[in-house]
Amino acid sequence: MERVPILKIGDILLVSIQVDMSDQTAIQLQEDLAERIVATGCHGVIIDITALDIVDSFVGRMLSTIASISKVLDAETVVVGMRPAVAITLVELGLSLNGIRTALNVERGMELIAASRSDEWDEADVDEDAETTATS
Amino acid sequence: MALSAEQSGRLAGLLTEHADRLTERWTEIVAGSLRGRLSQAELSRQARELHRSMVDAARQGLADLADQHGGELRAVLAELSTSRARQGFSATETAISVFALKDALLELMEEGRDAGTLRDFVAYSALIDQMGLFTFESFVRTREGLIADQAEQLLELSTPVVKLWEGVVAVPLVGTLDSARAQVVMERLLQTLVDTGSPYAIIDITGVPAVDTQVAQHILKTVVAARLMGADCIISGIRPQIAQTIVALGIEFGDIATKASLADALRHVLRLTGVETTSRRARRES
Repeated sequence: MERVPILKIGDILLVSIQVDMSDQTAIQLQEDLAERIVATGCHGVIIDITALDIVDSFVGRMLSTIASISKVLDAETVVVGMRPAVAITLVELGLSLNGIRTALNVERGMELIAASRSDEWDEADVDEDAETTATS
Repeated sequence: MALSAEQSGRLAGLLTEHADRLTERWTEIVAGSLRGRLSQAELSRQARELHRSMVDAARQGLADLADQHGGELRAVLAELSTSRARQGFSATETAISVFALKDALLELMEEGRDAGTLRDFVAYSALIDQMGLFTFESFVRTREGLIADQAEQLLELSTPVVKLWEGVVAVPLVGTLDSARAQVVMERLLQTLVDTGSPYAIIDITGVPAVDTQVAQHILKTVVAARLMGADCIISGIRPQIAQTIVALGIEFGDIATKASLADALRHVLRLTGVETTSRRARRES
C-alpha cells in the first residue's frame, strides 16, 4: 500500500499528495498525521495538492476530515497549490470545502500559518494585559 | 423542372451565338443595381466567367444545377457570392447578379419567337432560379462564417489579465458576459493567479453593460474558485444602475468585497497587504 510522506519543516508539517488517494491511503494518512502532530507538537499542517488532477467529493471530504482532526489537536490546516481546473470543477460541483483555508503555494501557506499564529499570540498578550490591569 | 438534352443544347447555342450581347446586357443590369460600387471591368469579368461556365455546363448536357455537370458552375457561383458577401453587399444585390441573366436572356429570346420559345424560356428561367438560390445559400454561409470568426476573435482579445501591483492582478471585463466568455475569463484569471503567485485579484465590471442573475452567477463562481485556490477577489466598477439591479434581483454577494472604482479596490488591497501610501502616512502623522 502506498503511504503519503509527512515532512517536518520548523513548526509546520508538510504533506505533499502525489498519488491517487484510495480509502486505505486516506485513512493511513489521517492516522499518521494525527500521530505526527502530537509527537512533534507542530501547530501548522500544509497539504500540497499541486500534483492532483482530480479532486472529487471523496478527496474533498478527506481534506475536511484532516482539517478537523488537526483543529482538535491545535494545528492550523492550509491546503495549497490547487489547480485552476480543479477549482473550477469543485465550484461546478458545488463543493466549497468548508472550514479549509487555502493558499496559492507552499510559501504563501507558511506565511498564512505564521500570520495566524502571531495573531493568536497577540490576542493572548492583550488578554494578559487586560487581566493585569484589572487585578492591579 | 429539369432541362431536357435538346433544351440545354439550344441554351448552349444561344449563349455562344450572342455571347457579347448577353454579357454586355448582364453587366449593364447588374451595374445599375449596384450603383457604381463595383468597377465595370470587374463586373464584365465576372459576367464573362459566369457565361463561360454556363456554356460549358450546357454543352455537357446540364439538366439540373445539382447534377454532376454543374460542378464548375456551382464553384463559380459560390466564388461570386463569397466575394459579394465579403465586400459587404446585401443578399438582394448578390441575387440580382444572377437574376439579371434572366432579363438579358428574355430580351434575346423575344426576337426569334416560335412555338417552343416559351417552353424553353420557362426551363431556362427555372435553372436561373436554382442558380440564384444557390448563390443566396453560399452568401448566407459566407456571412455565417464571418460572424463565427468575429465571435472567436472577440473571445480572444476581450479578456486581458493585468498586473496592478506586486501580488495584485486585475481583469477589466468589457462587454456582455455569456457562459463561453465567463468560462474563458475564469480560466485565464485562475491561471494567472497560479503563474504570478498573486493572492489578490480585482474583477472590474465597469465595461459590463448589464448584470443579470446569470452574469452575477458567473462572477460569483469565479470568486469562489479563486478562494478555493487561496486567493481573494474584489469586485469593482459597480455603477449606480447596476447596484440597483443587483439589489432588485436579490443577488447576494455575501462577504465578497465590492468597491465603486478600480482605484478604491486597489487601495483596499494595498491596505490589506500592508503597503503604506504617503497620503495615509501623512494623515496619521498630522
